[in-house]
Amino acid sequence: MSVPGTPSPATALATGAWGDAAVKFGNSLGAVAGFLGILLLVFFAAGRARGRLSRPLAVAVFLGPAAVLLLVGLVVPLIRTVYLSLQNDDGSRFVGGENFGWAFTTDSVQKVLVNTLLWLVVAPLVATGLGLLLALLVDRMRGQAVYKSLIFMPMAISLVGASIIFKFVYESRGPGQQQIGLLSQLAIAVGWDDPPNWMLSQPLNTFLLMAVMVWVQTGFAMVVLSAAIKAIPDEVTEAARLDGAQGVRLFWYVTVPMIRTTVVVVLTTIMIITLKAFDIVRTMTGGNFGTQVLANEMYSQSFVQFNTGRGSALAVILFLAVLPLVAYNIVQLRKERRVR
Amino acid sequence: MSARHGKPTRAMSAPHANPVRKAFSRPLASVFVIAVTVLWTIPTLGLLVTSLRPKQDVTSNGWWNALLHPDLGLGNYHTVLFEGGSGVSTGLMPFLVNSLAISVPATLFPLVLAAMAAYGLAWVRFRGSDTVFFAVFALQVVPIQMALIPLLRLFSGGAHLGSLTLIPAVDLKGSYAPVWLAHTMFALPLAVFLLHNFIAQLPRDLMEAAVVDGASHFKIFRSIVLPLCTPALASFAIFQFLWVWNDLLVALTFAGGTPEVAPMTVRLAQLSGSFGGRWELLTAGAFLSIIVPLIVFFSLQRYFVRGLLAGSVKG
Repeated sequence: MSVPGTPSPATALATGAWGDAAVKFGNSLGAVAGFLGILLLVFFAAGRARGRLSRPLAVAVFLGPAAVLLLVGLVVPLIRTVYLSLQNDDGSRFVGGENFGWAFTTDSVQKVLVNTLLWLVVAPLVATGLGLLLALLVDRMRGQAVYKSLIFMPMAISLVGASIIFKFVYESRGPGQQQIGLLSQLAIAVGWDDPPNWMLSQPLNTFLLMAVMVWVQTGFAMVVLSAAIKAIPDEVTEAARLDGAQGVRLFWYVTVPMIRTTVVVVLTTIMIITLKAFDIVRTMTGGNFGTQVLANEMYSQSFVQFNTGRGSALAVILFLAVLPLVAYNIVQLRKERRVR
Repeated sequence: MSARHGKPTRAMSAPHANPVRKAFSRPLASVFVIAVTVLWTIPTLGLLVTSLRPKQDVTSNGWWNALLHPDLGLGNYHTVLFEGGSGVSTGLMPFLVNSLAISVPATLFPLVLAAMAAYGLAWVRFRGSDTVFFAVFALQVVPIQMALIPLLRLFSGGAHLGSLTLIPAVDLKGSYAPVWLAHTMFALPLAVFLLHNFIAQLPRDLMEAAVVDGASHFKIFRSIVLPLCTPALASFAIFQFLWVWNDLLVALTFAGGTPEVAPMTVRLAQLSGSFGGRWELLTAGAFLSIIVPLIVFFSLQRYFVRGLLAGSVKG
């Protein structure tokens, strides 16, 4: 590496890195410039068209690119994935529902499905519940913006980043060594002399992974629900109060019904995100130690083991699981918008 | 309520305060909120502090010791950016560059194309435009996972119908194009839907006046529609930028893990397996990747929230 005469490996690498960066940014900006340039040219040319053809031409120019991309990128792949899921793993033979049979009868995959179901129930409920509680509590506090920002902040971080943050919190060392993971240190501080290696202890590890999702999503739930609570008209709570409703009763019989739609939207939204997220499991345990979930199993089958038939079948199962949630979510969201 | 509206005295405003909030606003409640806030912040703080500590300190004791005896520096950042670490040849610098080089076009392409499609659907009416809009809207339910395998095959092998070649195989290895394209495709349903909501509500008189003046649709789009929907475009742009920057699935599938194309998220996911004990480097790398979204978040929080609320059911 270190050739005599060159400054030092590190500096050489650094200059190389800057040159490399310049080329890459050049490519990126070049693509943007080319894209905008072509668009302007097309706009200029198509804008000169007059008469009967001008309207169909406008439709083609405005909708054409998006339509082609959606067809090629989503519609056709959707159909092909369903088709692939009915074939064997190298795509040479039609096997009908065999891949689905495999998914629902193999022990290891059943375990994956159970884990996924657990994620789907626990993480969204905890995040939404905690978010609702915080939304109720935080609004009367001084400096609420600070609390809200800090609790909401994890939402901006990638799930990979969040996973690394928590991997460090869960870091565990053998007995007798200084612990550098916060959780182990806390366990020792409260008198648990020999805390386990968190990521290896089943089924606790699955819940510790869920905690990452809760950490990320609670702020989202809090912000949305807080906005919904603020939108309840004062007259409603005032009237209920005059009728004698107080405190917790008022909360259960007035506040909760008034924000029910929003609660459902938040809950289903987090469910959808939870169902599709594979980043946390992949980064923290790689799906080992009994923590595997559907989205990561789908990725491993498709792109690590190249079992396209099985991978596609898992993708279809994921799609069918998400479908009712998204449909319900969108209907509720529209309903809520209409009410406001 | 009193705090929010800055009313003169607490006593005066108390009777009007929302009674539900009041019931929940005992000192215990404040303690709970503060406890949650601290709990929510500590993990990130631990990451930041660890990334600033020298290697031997990181391995010998917990990061909280550095709060009492701070010995902090930026050395880890230099190491992780330019030198790599145990058994890792290149630093993170190329991956950081890739993240940016992927995110900017992958934000701009869907933004422009979706705005065009939304305008076309809303103002260049044609038979079946409602059906097309509904179809695009419905595509939101398709998870990205459903499209990955066929799309990857398309990028590597082209498209054929029998012996007829519809799309030839293009060698896109080592280029950003597949990642840009995939992000653009997956972003379109939501983007078209959101921007359509906005663009369809622009005043009809304005559009008609422009038509009377002889402006073509292209002129109207450029000089009226785009400037007027800047807020909607900004919200979506921020949301999409963060989405792309934070994405792992699309990047992993379409960029692989090479320093030529892979972004930070892909590299960090790899490193979290292979760096094992090198926490001082892993934490520095992770902080580098989250600092960009955090800056965006804290400086543009309002837009961010708006985009997030609208786009929470994406792909």
